[in-house]
Amino acid sequence: MSLEAHSQKQREIEELPQVTIRFAGDSGDGMQLTGTQFTNTSAIFGNDVSTMPDFPAEIRAPAGTVYGVSGFQLQFSSSDIYTPGDVVDCLVAMNPAALKVNLRDLKHGGVIILNEDGFTEQTLKLAGMEKNPLKDGSLGKYTVHTIPMTQSTVRACEEVGLTGKGAARCKNFFALGIVCWLYSRPLEPIIEFIDTKFKDKEQLREANTRVLKAGYFFGETAELFTRVFRVRKAHLPPGVYREVHGNEALAIGLITAGQLANKPIFYGSYPITPASDILHELARHKQFGVKTMQAEDEIAAICSALGASFGGALGVTASAGPGIALKMEALGLAVMVELPLVVINVQRGGPSTGLPTKVEQADLFQAIVGRNGECPLPVIAPQSPSDCFQTAIDAIRIATKFMTPVMVLSDGFIANSAEPWRFPDADSLEPIEVEHPEETNGEDGSFLPYMRDEWLSRPWALPGTPGLMHRIGGLEKEDVTGNVSYDPENHQRMVDLRQEKVDKVADFLPEQEVLNDPDGTAELLIIGWGSTYGAIRETTRRLMRKGTRVAHVQLRHLNPFPKNFGAILERYADRPILVPEMNKGQLALLIRGRYLIDAKPLTKVQGRPFTTTEIMESVEHLLAERGKVAK
Amino acid sequence: MSVTEQPRKYTVKDFGSDQDVRWCPGCGDYSILSAVKKVLAEEGVPPEQYAFVSGIGCSSRFPYYVNTYGMHSIHGRAMAVATGLKVARPDVHTFVITGDGDALSIGGNHTIHTLRRNVDITILLFNNQIYGLTKGQYSPTSPFGKKTKSTPMGSLDQPIAPMALALAAEATFMARTIDMHPKHLMATIKRAMEHKGTSFVEIYQNCNIFNDGALDYAQDRKVRAENVIELEHGKPLLFGKDLDKGIVFDGRQLTVAQVGENGVTKDDLLVHDEKDSESYHAMLTRMKYPELPEPIGVFRSVQRPTYEELVNGQISEVIARKGKGDLKKLIEGRSTWEVREEGA
Ligand code: SF4
Repeated sequence: MSLEAHSQKQREIEELPQVTIRFAGDSGDGMQLTGTQFTNTSAIFGNDVSTMPDFPAEIRAPAGTVYGVSGFQLQFSSSDIYTPGDVVDCLVAMNPAALKVNLRDLKHGGVIILNEDGFTEQTLKLAGMEKNPLKDGSLGKYTVHTIPMTQSTVRACEEVGLTGKGAARCKNFFALGIVCWLYSRPLEPIIEFIDTKFKDKEQLREANTRVLKAGYFFGETAELFTRVFRVRKAHLPPGVYREVHGNEALAIGLITAGQLANKPIFYGSYPITPASDILHELARHKQFGVKTMQAEDEIAAICSALGASFGGALGVTASAGPGIALKMEALGLAVMVELPLVVINVQRGGPSTGLPTKVEQADLFQAIVGRNGECPLPVIAPQSPSDCFQTAIDAIRIATKFMTPVMVLSDGFIANSAEPWRFPDADSLEPIEVEHPEETNGEDGSFLPYMRDEWLSRPWALPGTPGLMHRIGGLEKEDVTGNVSYDPENHQRMVDLRQEKVDKVADFLPEQEVLNDPDGTAELLIIGWGSTYGAIRETTRRLMRKGTRVAHVQLRHLNPFPKNFGAILERYADRPILVPEMNKGQLALLIRGRYLIDAKPLTKVQGRPFTTTEIMESVEHLLAERGKVAK
Repeated sequence: MSVTEQPRKYTVKDFGSDQDVRWCPGCGDYSILSAVKKVLAEEGVPPEQYAFVSGIGCSSRFPYYVNTYGMHSIHGRAMAVATGLKVARPDVHTFVITGDGDALSIGGNHTIHTLRRNVDITILLFNNQIYGLTKGQYSPTSPFGKKTKSTPMGSLDQPIAPMALALAAEATFMARTIDMHPKHLMATIKRAMEHKGTSFVEIYQNCNIFNDGALDYAQDRKVRAENVIELEHGKPLLFGKDLDKGIVFDGRQLTVAQVGENGVTKDDLLVHDEKDSESYHAMLTRMKYPELPEPIGVFRSVQRPTYEELVNGQISEVIARKGKGDLKKLIEGRSTWEVREEGA
């Protein structure tokens, strides 16, 4: 009899359409692992899942303090979902600080599961709590389960001879066991994980498995819980799925693009949160010929990537806002020398060091206009973790076809979140055609490095090719010959040509899709970019259920805009247009400037993604105002 | 290509570009350009096999004047660009042309890290002790107290010793030469090119517009013999126009001794060794005019695997062990699950 079937006999089962859980504890409590494992088992069970880790900026802040709290939120659902959930249904808190920091996101009447052993006089003091919330009745409006997790864990470990701190450290698996029981999750995938992780550490393998099961059986026998919950499988499109994080998908996408172009990836990078995981992931895959270099600084990272591109590799670099700021001069050089290069910005809260572990979208202007001179380049933004895969391939496709640097704007939310991904078959992916000339192209037998093709792209001639020796550099180039030129008319022509080339990328892009409005009768249009996709999509669905149709445009290409974007705006010009962004309204300003359309910004810079409720309220407010005017 | 084909002979003209050279007449850069082209012609390697990468400054215009592949990049970053190029294309002989401001001030960080990685590139650092292109401010190698436009009362910065910096950064090849000493210049460039690993060559170069004569003690043939010492592997450290002076180690420091006086013979002099030892090389890097003659020639030449060999070696090693990457497996990841058709 499986564990699940066994437990179901004991209690009443309540069916729920979806649940949002947040695990919270000290950074050393293993909450990320707990959350990841719960996600995994839910995905394998067949739910749709969406996750949001929340790391503190400090690596190991003093234990028990509020700034050392690490959290992991996930939503799992019986239908397809796009966000990790607005409000938390169940909060697992390992100590007072974790409870204090996260309580405000718990819904009224929500479930709290607390580690009783984590609530001592000392930890209460560290969390700055004068009274013990377990005793003062302040948690009255929630369903609270207080469980001596540490003691129970230590007891379970004793049986395999693991004692003391090592034993107590397994308590996250006890918490995981309880929650798996409460939400009728299978334990098998987690046990499989433990088996692999502790393959060579028999004692820990055995201890963690026992602790996990002990938590599960505790739920079953302790009579604390009057009922358990169940979230049925989601009706996802059929196919084979895996789970993927944004940074991981970017790395896999880059490697795939390298294979499709039959070229090595050269990745120059300097460690920075939240982009470093791309470097870690790429460094693991040297069998694909990927060359990674941890450079001495951000500037060397981009310059080495550009040097590699000059040599014929696919140069890539990544960073977050502060590092991108340092790369800007070199990015200008890349625009001038017209070589392919991909620059990834995993955006975080700014300015300066800002909120290094939190999400923001405030580097859009930096990407589009943040360089000296007229210095245009294509900018694209993935909308979800799995979408990073295709984005990386698209970036390399554009960079090589147009001989241009391309900026990819991901963010900290996408980077660290995970979702199920119905991944493509590698054989079905279209190759990336790259040509390197071997013959001269000038009438007199000379080689003209700035002679352009129909896309205004210049030839990518590689060192080592006889007869095509040429020099490139940051000084203004003479049209066609590429020689240094200070001629006024030539400068005007070259500035225009570089702009025209980037504009031409739009001809190469698919048309912009409008979601949720097949007949064009929606009452309002929402325009988003990047990771706001999930929250906007969820909002439009909730509004549909309430009888309000709202159209949704999620821009993947921010420079140039898709060719039909202007026409879409015109179509909706008689209705409110809302642009939710995690900045002070940068896209809205671009749209207003470019199209003279009254796009209304909805802005948020709190280091956290939008909730659907926030967007919904804004939509309802706009529609109500409009109603007033109409009357 | 047929096996019988003769390697082509190259001339200096094969390495000249069609661009007008725009340095000031009389600038030391001209003699360096001419020496490089001569050496390349002698090498017998076709021009497409070379790349010249530079940063910003007078010297950094160099790539435009040689008919090879080249990139005139941004201020201070040539070594980073060259590193990427060399890792991507170990087959391309890559030069970096840089100056004292470019390599030791704005790009100092890249100099350190390129040397420590031992990327197989040839760095020619034109040291004229001044900022030429920005019209005459003091540079990181200008002497303390140097009066320039930006330091009318004298500079307050202690100058950097490029060779000492290179050694501290684990350089495998360090040499110094002089623009106005063409034979020595060519021989040194040749040695640098032969070295497998980063070769770091400091070239004393005269900026006749903003710092004319600053390096006369080493450049002027009339006095040079008294002020510089030509290093030769295995030979004693002798100098002076009659080669009658030498360098001895008194147990604490290097000093000048007159051969034949106070019982000093040639056997008492230090014998130059490019391979050994690091502390001896360190003493050479600290020899400064006017206290001591300044060494020119190859200070140090030792072997260590190059960066691009190591990077590409790790790739070959993992492929040999595990085979080439399987894209399907990569995309699939560690664990997958299947969602079946409704009702199936
Ligand atoms: S300013 Fe000095 S270094 Fe520059 S080209 Fe003129 S003479 Fe040469």
